Formats: sequence, C-alpha cells, structure tokens
Amino acid sequence: MIEFIQGYYAYWAIVMLMLIGLYGMLLKRNLVKKLIGMTILQASVILLFVASGTKWNGTVPILDASRSVDDPALYINPLPHTLMLTAIVVGVATLGVAFALLISVYRRYRTLDEETLLKQMQ
Amino acid sequence: MIEQHLPLLVPFTYLFSALMIPLVGIGGRRYAYPVALIASLLATLVSVHGLTVVLREGAMRYAFGGWAPPIGIEFVLDPLSSFLSVLLTCVTSLVLIHARRSVESDVGEKEIPFYSVTMLLMTGLTGIVLTGDLFNLFVFLEISSLAGYAIIAVGEKPAPVAAFRYLILGTIGATMYLIGLAFLYMLTGSLNMADLASIIPQLPLTPPLVVSFSMMVVGVALKMALFPMHGWLPDAYTYAPSTASALLAPIGTKVAAYVLLRLMFFVFQPSFGRDMLPVGDVLTYLAAGGILFGSIFAIAQKELKRMLAFSSVSQIGYIALGIGLGSQLALTGAVLHIVNHAFMKAALFLVAGNTRLVVGHSRIDQFDGSLRRFMPWSMAAFTVAALSMIGIPPLAGFFSKWYLVLAGIEQSAWWIVVVILLSSLLSAVYFFRVLERIYLREPSTAGAVEYEALDRKEVRMSMLVPTLTLSGALFILGLFNSIIVTKVIHSMLPLGL
Repeated sequence: MIEFIQGYYAYWAIVMLMLIGLYGMLLKRNLVKKLIGMTILQASVILLFVASGTKWNGTVPILDASRSVDDPALYINPLPHTLMLTAIVVGVATLGVAFALLISVYRRYRTLDEETLLKQMQ
Repeated sequence: MIEQHLPLLVPFTYLFSALMIPLVGIGGRRYAYPVALIASLLATLVSVHGLTVVLREGAMRYAFGGWAPPIGIEFVLDPLSSFLSVLLTCVTSLVLIHARRSVESDVGEKEIPFYSVTMLLMTGLTGIVLTGDLFNLFVFLEISSLAGYAIIAVGEKPAPVAAFRYLILGTIGATMYLIGLAFLYMLTGSLNMADLASIIPQLPLTPPLVVSFSMMVVGVALKMALFPMHGWLPDAYTYAPSTASALLAPIGTKVAAYVLLRLMFFVFQPSFGRDMLPVGDVLTYLAAGGILFGSIFAIAQKELKRMLAFSSVSQIGYIALGIGLGSQLALTGAVLHIVNHAFMKAALFLVAGNTRLVVGHSRIDQFDGSLRRFMPWSMAAFTVAALSMIGIPPLAGFFSKWYLVLAGIEQSAWWIVVVILLSSLLSAVYFFRVLERIYLREPSTAGAVEYEALDRKEVRMSMLVPTLTLSGALFILGLFNSIIVTKVIHSMLPLGL
C-alpha cells in the first residue's frame, strides 16, 4: 500500500484535482462553479503532462558547456511543456467562449442556476 | 506545385476565408456570404481532386515546415481521410448554397461572425480528418467544438444554455482524450499516428495502455454523442439556427465517428479493441441501446428538429455498431452509413429550416395538407430522405443497414438483426407520423387562410436546389452503392481485420 503512494505524490495530487474538477463540472448547480470545475480539470491534465516530462537532476534542455550533451537523462523532456502551452491556449479559448455564453444566458434568463434554467426552458 | 500541397489545401482554404470574411465585411455585410460560398466551393473542388489523386497514386503525406515525421506534424491524405473530406466539403457547400436567406432571418446582423465561425468550424473538422498527429487532432477537435458552441448559441432563446451544456460535456470529452493521450505519450514517446501504429503492437498489455485506450475512446464517444453520452445533442440541435443544425447534424458527430475509427483500427491494431479489451463489444451494446433509445424518443417529440436530433442519436448508433463489430462488412456499413446519414440528415434539416422560414415554426402537431400544397418540392425532398432513413430500397439508407445486418449475420449475432429491424420499424413510425399529416390530413380552414396570406409559398430556388440535390443524391448513392463500396470504401479499410 505504501509503495502504491510513495514516490507518486504528484500523480495522487493530480488525480485529486481531476476528481474535484469533474465533481464541480457534473454536480454543481451554478454554471460559474461548473466553469471553475472545468478549469481545475484542465489544470490537472496540464500538470499530468508536465509531471511526465520531469527528471531528477534534470535541467532545461538548453545547450550547456559544463554538462554532457549526449546524456538525455540530464535534460527534461521539453515536448510535454510545449504541448501544454497549446493546451493552455485551448483552455483559455474555451473559458472565453464559456463566459460569453454565460453572459448571454444571464441576459436572457436573469439566473445562472441550472435547475431554474431548465425549468424556465420548458 | 499544387499537387504536393494537396493535403493542406482544404483546411487552409477554410481558415483563410475565416480570416478574410471579417476583412471584406468592413465593406458591408453583403460581402460575407459570397466569400464563404466561394471558399467552400473551392474546398470541394480541391478535395474531389485530392480523392482522385489518392485513388490513382496512393496516400500523400505533407510534413509541416519540412520537419520529417514522427518529429514534425504531418497531414495525411489517404483514401479514408480524402473520402471524408470530400463528404464534408460537399455537404458544407450544399448547406451554404441554401444558407443565405435562412441565416439572414435567424442571425440577422451577426452574419459576418456567423460565416467566419462556420469557416473555422470547417477548418477544424477537415483538419481532424486530415491530420496525422494525435495532439494536432486534439487541437482541431477543440477548434471545431468551440466554433460549434458559438454557432449553436446564436439560435433561439434557450440556445446559449444548450450550447453551454454542450461545452461542459464536450470539454470533458476532450479532456478525457487528452488524458488518454498523456498515457500513450508516456508509453511510446510519440504522437504520430503512423509511428504509433508501428510501436503499439510491440507493447505489453499494461494498465497504462488500457487506461489510455479506454480514456480516448470514451472522450471521442462523448463528442460523438454515443448513447448514453448523448445528453447535449437534442437541445443543441433543436435551438441552433437552421443552418447551424443543418451543418452540425450531418457532419459534426460523423467526424468524431471518424476519429473513433482511426483510433481503433489505424492507430491501435484492430485486434486490440476486439481481443485484448472488450471495447468493441461494449461499443456494440451501447450502439444497440442508442439505436433503440433514439428511435423511441424520436416518436415522442412534438417538434420536427428535435425529432430529427433524437433520430441522429439513433443513427450514430448504427455507425458505432459497425465500428464495434469491426469486421470488413461492418466497417463498410459504418463508412457507408456515415456518407448516407450525412446526406439524409442534411436534407431533413434543410427542409425543417424551409418550413421554419415559410410557416414560421416546425411543430409537428400543426402540420397539415397545406404544407403539401404550398411547399410541394420541399415536402417531396423530405419524403425521399425520410424513406431513406427508414431504409426503403433503392434509397441509400437501405444499403448501409444491409451491410450492418450482413455483418451481424456473419458473426451470428442475431440480436443485431433484430435491433436493426426494430429500429427501422420505429423510424417508420416517427417519419410516417409526419408524412401522414402532410399528405393525408386535409388542411384546416384556419391554416389554409393563414397560408393564403403568406406572400411566399415555396422557398426560393437557391434554397430548393440544394435540398433537392441532397435528396436526389440519395437515389444515386443507393443505386451506385456497389461502385462506391468496391472502388472507394474497400481501399480505405484497415489491414488485418
């Protein structure tokens, strides 16, 4: 059991974030809280990618005369970070669209509570 | 010179016009529509040319920036992707020819952003089809989804709520896909589809591989609105502007079905989802559930667009059924159904748009014979598409169902035959409910007076021609289906089924 947790703290934290995010998105009634959940979920995936790229004693992948160039163990894999830059941009865009939708919802219904909205839509 | 850039040209044409529309829009709203139309016609020509080149010479690859894959990102024009891009561009062109009046009445002065976002949607959808890189696919998936939320949200009063719910579920789907991708990348260190296809068969079946595969399948199934993950679809399609639903319903979910096909049979080897994990079986059961659920709920709907949306849930089930069964016949049926359903649903949603434009509503319980008298051509198109949905030969819908039934018999899964027959009966019920009102019910006097007062009876030629072309195409797709299957679809099926 201990081995299951030890050494994987980062991943456990990420899983917690993921679940909190999903909980917020699916079970919260307020639409803004759903969006907060969405941001947490996206952040957890970003952390998952970034965590997968790290190495003990690794450093930024920039040529350094004092370190060996041949040993990939000395350098952190930069690809997950660049992928996540794109994912962050996607997340920001999604959030922007979502807020625009919320403004439009609020102007039409004067509420952001899901149950009230569903009742009013009928 | 152009030949070598073919894989890139279709998404690029759409992207370029998405940027051009706001620019020419400075000169006036009226310039937005022609630019969108010309761009989509151009994209259609390019994609048809791409298909002929691919069928003649084999797959084409385009490495971005000269970085050779698997390090760089590549676009791949192979038989499957070029065929899908022809389908997407053709349907889009027809819907856009129809769109002008419909968009004017639904969206009003927001025309410029509407057309621009529509072009972005098409950039995303064609990009998904053509890309050869899984992360790139995620980005295109989100481009198309974001554009989709936007064009849904400009519809009726509840449209933003529907779009928001779609956004929440769609983002969960995309995030699931991304989580799956993270595990796959950790295991293989590659994101290129062709490269992954050579690495994955050598990997042992470890939990990360299982998690990665199932997360990606679930994520894509959410985008595809596979039962029971279809919750966002009916509201979104009902409240969207007519043009948006006529564009999203035929091709939006089909592209997700394409991603599922690509993942299960080209990136992972076909035996992975069948023998190593029971994903194929699960998909088959969910699909069968969706086929029946969608048909039954469609019967209960009082609004034409909502009925069509539920029928979409059921039709997506057919495609997932083919993918789940995963035999040569089943995949032929699935791909053929992607094509047929795109044409049928586009025709049906265009007619729903026509009735909304002329009569002002599309409530089934208020339909009567006056529709037949004043909109004979639209209703004829509706009838043809409805009969094709039910599966009456020689219309196209029959043949894809036929292949699926054959696939079921081949694997002695008789319950699949029962499900398909039952659902055909159910779809006969919900379509004949509408047809009976149009053709057999005498116009009520109040209704007749109301229609007499309308200054425009049948819709304009520009709207009628695409509607009739789509339903006429159902005859052609049906009669010449064997040519499509042997010449095109067989060349695109994965090896090692």
